[in-house]
Amino acid sequence: MTAHSTKKHGSLLVKDARTQRRNNAELWFRAYGLTAVIVGILALVVLLVSIFSNGISAFQQTKLMITLELPEAKLDQKGQRDLDVMKKVTTIAYSKILGNGLIDQLDRLGIATDLKDKDVREILSKESAATLRDVVLADPSLIGTTVTMEFLVNGRIDGYFKGRVDRASAELDKNVKPGQLDIADALTEHGLMYTQFNLDFILAPDASDQRPEAAGLGVAILGSIYMMLVVLFVALPVGVAASIYLEEFAPKNRLTDVIEVNISNLAAVPSIVYGILGLAIFINMAQFNQSSPLVGGLVLTLMTLPRIIIPARAALKSVPPSIRDAALGVGASRMQTVFHHVLPLAAPGILTGVIIGLGQALGETAPLLLIGMVAFVREYPAAFTADAGLFGEASTALPVQVFNWTQRADPAFVERASGAIIVLLVFLLIMNALAIFLRRRYERRW
Amino acid sequence: MVSLSFLFGVTLFLAVIGFFAGRAKATSSVNGNFRLLQALPKAYGQTVLFSTLIPASLLLFGWAFVVRILGPDFAVLPDFVFQGLVIAIATIGAGVSYHLIKPSHRARAISERWIMGLLIAASALAIVTTIGIVLSMLSESANFFRQHSWTDFFFGAVWAPNFRGGSELSILPLLWGTLYISLISLIVAVPIGLFAAIYMSEYAGTRLRSVAKPAIEILAGIPTIVYGLFALITVGPMLRDFFAQPLGLGSSSSSVMTAGLVMGVMLIPFVSSLSDDIINAVPQAMRDGSLGLGATKSETIRQVVVPAALPGIVGAVLLAASRAIGETMIVVLGAGAAARFDLNPFEAMTTVTVKIVSQLTGDTDFASPETLVAFALGLSLFVITLGLNIVALVIVRKYREQYE
Repeated sequence: MTAHSTKKHGSLLVKDARTQRRNNAELWFRAYGLTAVIVGILALVVLLVSIFSNGISAFQQTKLMITLELPEAKLDQKGQRDLDVMKKVTTIAYSKILGNGLIDQLDRLGIATDLKDKDVREILSKESAATLRDVVLADPSLIGTTVTMEFLVNGRIDGYFKGRVDRASAELDKNVKPGQLDIADALTEHGLMYTQFNLDFILAPDASDQRPEAAGLGVAILGSIYMMLVVLFVALPVGVAASIYLEEFAPKNRLTDVIEVNISNLAAVPSIVYGILGLAIFINMAQFNQSSPLVGGLVLTLMTLPRIIIPARAALKSVPPSIRDAALGVGASRMQTVFHHVLPLAAPGILTGVIIGLGQALGETAPLLLIGMVAFVREYPAAFTADAGLFGEASTALPVQVFNWTQRADPAFVERASGAIIVLLVFLLIMNALAIFLRRRYERRW
Repeated sequence: MVSLSFLFGVTLFLAVIGFFAGRAKATSSVNGNFRLLQALPKAYGQTVLFSTLIPASLLLFGWAFVVRILGPDFAVLPDFVFQGLVIAIATIGAGVSYHLIKPSHRARAISERWIMGLLIAASALAIVTTIGIVLSMLSESANFFRQHSWTDFFFGAVWAPNFRGGSELSILPLLWGTLYISLISLIVAVPIGLFAAIYMSEYAGTRLRSVAKPAIEILAGIPTIVYGLFALITVGPMLRDFFAQPLGLGSSSSSVMTAGLVMGVMLIPFVSSLSDDIINAVPQAMRDGSLGLGATKSETIRQVVVPAALPGIVGAVLLAASRAIGETMIVVLGAGAAARFDLNPFEAMTTVTVKIVSQLTGDTDFASPETLVAFALGLSLFVITLGLNIVALVIVRKYREQYE
C-alpha cells in the first residue's frame, strides 16, 4: 500500500508537476502585482522629472548689463523734467537709445560683428525698452547722465544659455541669428551677460506673446490667493455647519436622505459642469464681473463644498459617543455638546479635509476657463475697489496661466508653463504637508 | 446701491452692540446673581445678536441677489427705502429681543433654535446647488433646441459649427471620442490600479508599502492641468516619434492614445484606493477558509477575494469611467480638436468637454446656437456622469452592506 501511494503522490520533498505549476502561477501573480506598483511609481517619477527638467530653468533668466547715456535731447527736449511731457516719449524712442547704447558698448569692448544694427538691437528683449522708460520716469534726474543697468535679453538668446537654442537650430530659426549668439558669447566673456535667479518670474505680471522672457506669475498667484480666501471663508463655515447638521442633528427621513445622496453625487459631478453653472448664474444672470476672483472663488466653493463635507462628517463620526453621553449627562444641551466637545475633538480631522479640499480647488482649471479667467491681465487686481467691489477686478489663476501659456506659439512658453507648474506644486506640497502635520500632531484615535 | 458691505457693517455693529446690551440687561435684571437666570447671560446676548443679524442680512443679500439676477429695472424700491428697511428690520429685531429679556426667558433654547436654522440652511445649499446646475443648463439647453433641431443634435453624424449659420452640431462624434479615450484610460488604469491594490494589501512588506502608498497618493493629488501639460510636452511627442510615425499611423502629437494613456495614469490612484477599500472589506474568515483548504495565496485572491469583491470593483470601475468622461484639461491639451469617427488611436479626436470649453471661451454670443450648444453638451455630460455615479454608488453601497 505504501509503495503504491508513494508512487502516486511522490515525496513531499519533490514537487510534482501540478504543485510546480501552482507555485509558478503564484510567482507570476506576485510579479504582476509588483509590476503594477512599479509602473505606478515610475509614472509619478517620469511625470515629475519631465515637468522639472522643462521648468526649472524658468527660475533663471539671462540678463545683460549695459552702460549707456540718457540723452536729454531725446527724452526731455524742453528740459523741464515735467512728467506729463516726458510720458509722451514712447518706448520706441527708448528702444532706439537702448539699442544704440548696446552697439556703442560693443564698439567700446571691441566686439566685432557683421550683423546689421537692427539684428544687434534684437538681442535685447522687447520688454527692456519699457523697463528703461519706467526707470527714467521714476527718477527723471537720471536724464543726461550715463547709467549702468541690467536688461532682459530676447527669449532665444536666453534659450541659448539654457540649452534650448544652439547654432544649428539658430540657422533654421528666423527669430535668431548665429551672429547674435557670437555676440552673446563675447559679452559673457566680459562678464556683462549672465544668468541669475529670476524673481520676476514669481512677481511680475504676464507678458505678451512676443516676450516670453518677461512673463511672470504675479497676477496669477494673487488671483489664486484671492480665490482661496473666498473658498476658505465661504466653504469652511458652510461645510462645517452642513456636516454638523447632517451628522449630529438630522432626523432620519426622506429629506436628509435626499441631501446625503445629493452631496455624494455633487462630489462626483465633473468640475466643468460647475463652470457652466458659474457662467450661467453668476455671470449671465447676476452680472458679476467676468474673470473676477469673486466668481472664480464662488464656483470653486460650490465645487469644494461636498469634498469638505464628506471628510468633515467622517471626522465628526469618529468622535466616540461616550463623549456626547458624558456631556449630555452633566446637563449640556445638544448644541452645547456639539460645539463645546465634539467639534473641538473633530477639528483636526475637519481642518485636514478642508486643506485637502483647498488644494484641489487651487489646482482646478476647467471651470475657471469658462468664466473668463483665461483673459490676458497685466494689472495686479486690487482686493477691493469701489467700482468692482470685493475681489471684483479681472485676474487670472495659477493653473489657468499654465493653460494660457501652453496655447502660445513661442517654445519658450513651454519652459514658463512648466515653471508655473512647479510653483503650483510647491504650494500644494506646503498645503499637504500642513495637513499631514495637523493630522499627526493633533488627531486622536479612540 | 450703497455698497452692501456698508449696510452689512451697520447691521453687524447693531448686532454686536445688542449682544453686550442684552447680556448686561440679563445680568442686571438679577443683580448679578446668575443662578436666578434661566440661561447663562451670554445666551441672552446671543438671542439679541441673532435676531438682529439674521433677518436683516437675509433681506440684504437675498434682495441684492434677486435684483442682480432680474436686472436693475426690477428694483421697484428706491435704494434709500431698501436701506431704511434693512436697518429698520435690524433695529426691530434688536429691540424686540432686547425687550423680551427677563430672568425667566428661555434664552438658550431660543438662540440654539437660531443656530439650528443656520445649520439647516447650510445643508440645504447642497440641494440649491444641484437645482442651480440643472435649471441653468435646462433653460439654456431649451434655448438651444428652439434654434437647432434636436434630431441633428442627438442623431446627426457631423460636428461642424459655423458662426455664419447652417451649423451641424451633433453630439455623436464628440461622444465617440470621449468614449474611445475613456476606454483606453480604463484599459490602462483598471489592471494597474487593481493589481497595485491587491499587491499592496496582500503581499507588500511594510517597507515597500511605506514608499509605494504615499507615491500613489501623490499621483492622486496632482492637478489635472499638470497631467495635461505632461501629455502635451512629453507623452504626445514621444508617442508620435516612436509609434505613430514609424508605423505610419499619423503625425499628430495630440491623439486619442496620448490623452488615454495620461488619463489612465491619472486614474490609477483612484482605482487603486477604491479597490483597496473594497478588498479590505472582504472578511478575513473567507481568506482563512480558502488558505486552510490548501489554496495558494494567489488562488485565494483570484477565486475567493476577487469574486467576493467583484460588485464593488465594478462600482469602482464605473466611478473611474465617470471621472474619465468628465475630465477636461487632459483632453483639452492632449486629444486635439477634430471631431471625427475613427478607429486609429494615433489620430487626434475631440471630446464633449473639449467642445464645451472651445464653444464657451473667447468672444461668445449667447444668442447663437453655436454657443448655446455647449449647455446642451454640458447637460448631456451631467446626465451621463450622474447616471454612472448613481449606479456605481448603489452597487458599492449594496456590496458594503453585504459584509457588515
